[in-house]
Amino acid sequence: MRTLDLGWSRIRYELKTYFRQGDSVFFTFLFPILMLSVFAVAFSTSGKIGAAPDGSGGISFAAFYVPGMVAAGMLLSGVQNLGVDIAGEKGDGTLKRLGGTPLPVFSYFMGKIGMVLVSAILQVALLLLVARFGFDVALPTEPGKWFTFAWIFLFGVVTSCVLGIALSALPRTGKSATAVVIPIVLLLQFISGVYLNFNQLPAWLQNIASVFPLKWMAQGMRSVFLPASFETAERGGAWNLGLVALVMGLWLVVGLILCRLTFRWIRKDS
Amino acid sequence: MRAADPPVRVRDLTKAYGALTALGGVSFDIEEGETFGLLGPNGAGKSTTIEILEGYRNRSGGSASVLGVDPQHGGTGWKAQLGIVLQSGGESANVSVVEQLTHFARYYPNPRNVGEVIEAVGLADKARTRIGKLSGGQRRRVDVALGIIGRPRLLFLDEPTTGFDPEARRQFWGLIDRLKGEGTTILLTTHYLDEAAALSDRVGVIVDGRLVDIGPVDEIGGDAAKVPLVRWREAGVVRSERTRAPAALAARLFAEAGGEVDGLEITRPSLEDIYLDLVGARDDGSGEAA
Repeated sequence: MRTLDLGWSRIRYELKTYFRQGDSVFFTFLFPILMLSVFAVAFSTSGKIGAAPDGSGGISFAAFYVPGMVAAGMLLSGVQNLGVDIAGEKGDGTLKRLGGTPLPVFSYFMGKIGMVLVSAILQVALLLLVARFGFDVALPTEPGKWFTFAWIFLFGVVTSCVLGIALSALPRTGKSATAVVIPIVLLLQFISGVYLNFNQLPAWLQNIASVFPLKWMAQGMRSVFLPASFETAERGGAWNLGLVALVMGLWLVVGLILCRLTFRWIRKDS
Repeated sequence: MRAADPPVRVRDLTKAYGALTALGGVSFDIEEGETFGLLGPNGAGKSTTIEILEGYRNRSGGSASVLGVDPQHGGTGWKAQLGIVLQSGGESANVSVVEQLTHFARYYPNPRNVGEVIEAVGLADKARTRIGKLSGGQRRRVDVALGIIGRPRLLFLDEPTTGFDPEARRQFWGLIDRLKGEGTTILLTTHYLDEAAALSDRVGVIVDGRLVDIGPVDEIGGDAAKVPLVRWREAGVVRSERTRAPAALAARLFAEAGGEVDGLEITRPSLEDIYLDLVGARDDGSGEAA
């Protein structure tokens, strides 16, 4: 199929240009790993979270922050990367050029999503390696947990990509893209349990965060990386993976519709 | 598409941006294998016209057919037959010339050979250089290379040689000649009138969104435009006069001077003179600012 062949070709092309960007890509790529390191080091003497009254059990701050950072990586790889990247390509004429070639729009999207998936997988692998060997975080051993990890990760990254593509329609110029996109993802990270313990936020803020997908990605990842004893702290006392899938699925559909409605190679009458 | 239909047919094409009229009814055809040059001052409507035909802009009125298709609704099969060289390129700076062309060649069903195209635009020694490290003129050649890599039936060139040095322009003209030889139909806009004269079979002059003249390069401007120009020096001041009887004028000057006339020359107006006449006449005649 021509569209799929070109999609694969776009993935290789996107990956090549992505990793050749050097410094600019370095920061986005390493951001969750740097943040995990900062939190792990800052709280290294603060004892354990979730320990029993007798001092047994509990996990280190590093371990506590792993699920949030995994979720942040999923969001940033898709929404921030693509939101800024595609707005930039609109601004510098790259999309105008592509729009004048027989490249199908779907192949272009496939290239972007494939590029994000590959970089997100590398990123999370590096993050988990740093957590395991840098901060002595115990990773799950049951295959079931890793299966949960895989579907939430893939589902979440693809949803983030679609939302990033949709969001790229918002900035009026390539230069304003970071100013539009960064505050959105930063705010979401603070209210969705990435930096702050979600279950200690006020209920109204939790309710607002629950509308957005990042809260559910983080919750899903907590179910993978935190001990079962943490489940009771969640709302309703359960990980609620069904709801995680449902909300991400809704956002995926919303994102796809927005892409369909808003994505244009160029603004025809600018 | 019927065999008789020309690759480009434009009738009463209009384009308005709000209250501003960018095109006020333009009509022309471009025949199979023809190179058509669109001339005009900045803001006259050249780029608007070419971008409507490329499918980048929607027209406000009139009709347009490009390779038998309404460019507002051209799909990928239609785009595969076009080559587009935009006014300014937005190159991804992170790939080399050969990587970029190899990648773009995949989009087309029957692309040209990448090496030959790089050779043809004179970038053979820069093939492995990243596009971001090239000079402005060299990047422009990459734009041209990307425009022809798909072996287009119809090639749009919007001011293709901006930023070229004279030698590069000559090379480019040679390349266009070869494309013409292969039967490519070309629509060209340019500021360089010598370029239009060298490359075009016919030219159209567009001023204030209207086509003020159209025809073969040596017929443009009508008969009045062909009136020869006699130029000479008198007491150190350059004088000139247009006359249909240049030899008579020269003879009179010879008689008056009682010998050879200082700095005498008789020329046919160049395309540039004719063009400036056309554009200037329009400016004087309309009586309002553009």
